[in-house]
Amino acid sequence: MKYKTKEKLISVGLLSPTIIGLGIFVYGFIWRTIRISTIDWNNITNMLRGIENFVGLDNFRNIFTSTRFITGLWNNIFFLIFFIIGSLTIGITLSVFLNDKPKGHFIFQNIYLFPMAISFVVTGTVWRWIFAPGTEDFPRGINLLLTNIGLENLRWGWFTSTEGIGLFNVALIAVIVAAIWQFSGYTMAMWLAGLRGIPEQLIEAARIDGASKWQIFSKILFPMQKAITLSAVILLAHIALKAFDLVYVMTGSGPRNVTDIPAVFMFETTFRSNRYSDGAAIALVLLVLVGVLIIPYLVHSFREDS
Amino acid sequence: MRKIGLLAIFLSLALVFGTAGIAEANEVEIFSWWTAGGEEDALLELIDVFEENYPEYEVINSAVAGGAGAQAKAVMITRMVGGNPPDSFQVHGGAELMYTYVEPELMRPLNDLLEEWGYMDNFNEEILEMSTHDGNIYSIPLNVHRSNVLWYNVDMLEEHGLEAPESFDEMFEVFDALQNEGVTPLALGDMNRWPALHLFETYLAATLGPENYNALWEGEVGFDHPGVTEALELLDRTIDYVNTDHASLDWQGAAELLVEEQAVFTVMGDWAEGYFRSVDWEPNEDYGWTTVPGTEGNFMVITDTFGLPVGAPNPEGAEAWLETVASVEGQDAFNPVKGSIPARLDADRDQYNVYLQSSMDDFSEDALTPSIAHGSAAPEALMSSFEDVINEFITDRDIETTQEQLDQAASEYF
Repeated sequence: MKYKTKEKLISVGLLSPTIIGLGIFVYGFIWRTIRISTIDWNNITNMLRGIENFVGLDNFRNIFTSTRFITGLWNNIFFLIFFIIGSLTIGITLSVFLNDKPKGHFIFQNIYLFPMAISFVVTGTVWRWIFAPGTEDFPRGINLLLTNIGLENLRWGWFTSTEGIGLFNVALIAVIVAAIWQFSGYTMAMWLAGLRGIPEQLIEAARIDGASKWQIFSKILFPMQKAITLSAVILLAHIALKAFDLVYVMTGSGPRNVTDIPAVFMFETTFRSNRYSDGAAIALVLLVLVGVLIIPYLVHSFREDS
Repeated sequence: MRKIGLLAIFLSLALVFGTAGIAEANEVEIFSWWTAGGEEDALLELIDVFEENYPEYEVINSAVAGGAGAQAKAVMITRMVGGNPPDSFQVHGGAELMYTYVEPELMRPLNDLLEEWGYMDNFNEEILEMSTHDGNIYSIPLNVHRSNVLWYNVDMLEEHGLEAPESFDEMFEVFDALQNEGVTPLALGDMNRWPALHLFETYLAATLGPENYNALWEGEVGFDHPGVTEALELLDRTIDYVNTDHASLDWQGAAELLVEEQAVFTVMGDWAEGYFRSVDWEPNEDYGWTTVPGTEGNFMVITDTFGLPVGAPNPEGAEAWLETVASVEGQDAFNPVKGSIPARLDADRDQYNVYLQSSMDDFSEDALTPSIAHGSAAPEALMSSFEDVINEFITDRDIETTQEQLDQAASEYF
């Protein structure tokens, strides 16, 4: 056997488990989900008996006429935007400060990164305690803190508030804060790794030319870190779309769905209501949303590679 | 290299035969969602009775954790679909059993067994009715919980010179008096949605009466009935008396408000009594109870039952298990620990505490109404649409729209 053919065989052999696994468990199941979203498996009997009547886009009509789904979709979009902006701002600021290697930078770096090691379930539980509003006479969490320092007027319902600014439900603020707390350290770590790769001389030269700290950041560091920032945005965006566990544990769907997201609705539709086809339709909408974010990024990086 | 390959083959074969070997003839797999403290203890008591009476069998206790069985039900359905049912499993009597398991023909009728054991006449007839479809009984009721209970903090009520209300007028008078003194009258924790529906269904039973309430689930009475409007109006009035942070608490958080003297009343099923006892509260001294106004003589019921799935690997063992579940001995071992009452009417009263005894008295006399919020009255899909509708109602309080939505959701099923 020629060396080249042998090498090819080995590489195919090594890759095949992954390819088969992906083929079945990702693409096969996506196809299956598409199939289920077009049949009438909205009760358990049809599913168990394997009765597959094609109903076209009925299931999509069901979910797009559901106020809960529309509210959840808007919530998720606002959550995504504010979560990304918040995590990037805090993460980048921290990384720039830590890059100057202040005293104890190593300790701080780990402290900031630490929340990422905790699961959303734990974060959700703890932030639920923190943001639980309590009542007027018996405030809890942050409201209790505000009472004790004499700022009673700043107390509000946090994630139980049903008010909104336009389409934005203010109850989401509590969830967004929790998510930013968890992922800004991660953004920091990504940025910090990139910053370490920027040659010292470049910044030194800028400094000699009289550039201010802000100029160095905005004219040198930020443009050079564009690729890393983009990766961070993509990563954070798909985390935002899959924030099921955080929302489910921390607030549930909330009064009048103020903190609902489609991922939670999908779970409840499929596994509590046994409406498998509606659930599949919601899952596909989520898949398309993730696709909208990730596919341009993949195309972009693929072009850059070749 | 070759040795490693042989070892790998040997190990995978061992795995295949090993797993096949697990389902030995003398093992009986029992599936439930009883994993929390008192519940698990109760299940273990029942298993003890079983293993004493049938020493030839050994129980595999495969319980899946998670409140009210939300996760366990998903696992159970997956196992059914995959053709890998346990020998016997916990299921709520009523709609959950019918729509999810009986209709797709996954269950075996048990009439012959009940007759053979001579237990046919020992059960409350109406409770057996909830396990029955076309004359066939598909599961054995083990315990009964009541959901239309109004719990209160005895000291707080006395302190304000008030008494537990018997009618809605009285209830709102008491609520007003408490609110005027700066006390939260009613504790609610509807973070998980169902407690709000739970409250609403007790009002429904009150305004419709048991007959019309039960007829709702047969499709004989529609949701456009004036009784439904009335129940929504009562719920609307009630919201003004509820703790403002209800959306951040679960049912236990609401019960805790009573213990911490932050609220006086709460409407919850009698599993709340288990919570009160766990914090060393004494019945009639610390906590008191009455039926939700207008539901006296009406027993809103949730029953846990065990059934025999088609294709159970060890049907003889499952039958022996079901005999234990159906026996007085089994029911009396399980229920006092669980804090529920037996589905049989001939159990030994002395083993039960004051609350449970009063519940047993009501159970033998009252009209039974199945609970929606706990899956006994309606299919699960309808239950969760109702949860969503009532959840919106708690905020928007639009009676007309809500009634239309209820009617529309129900019209898909009845």
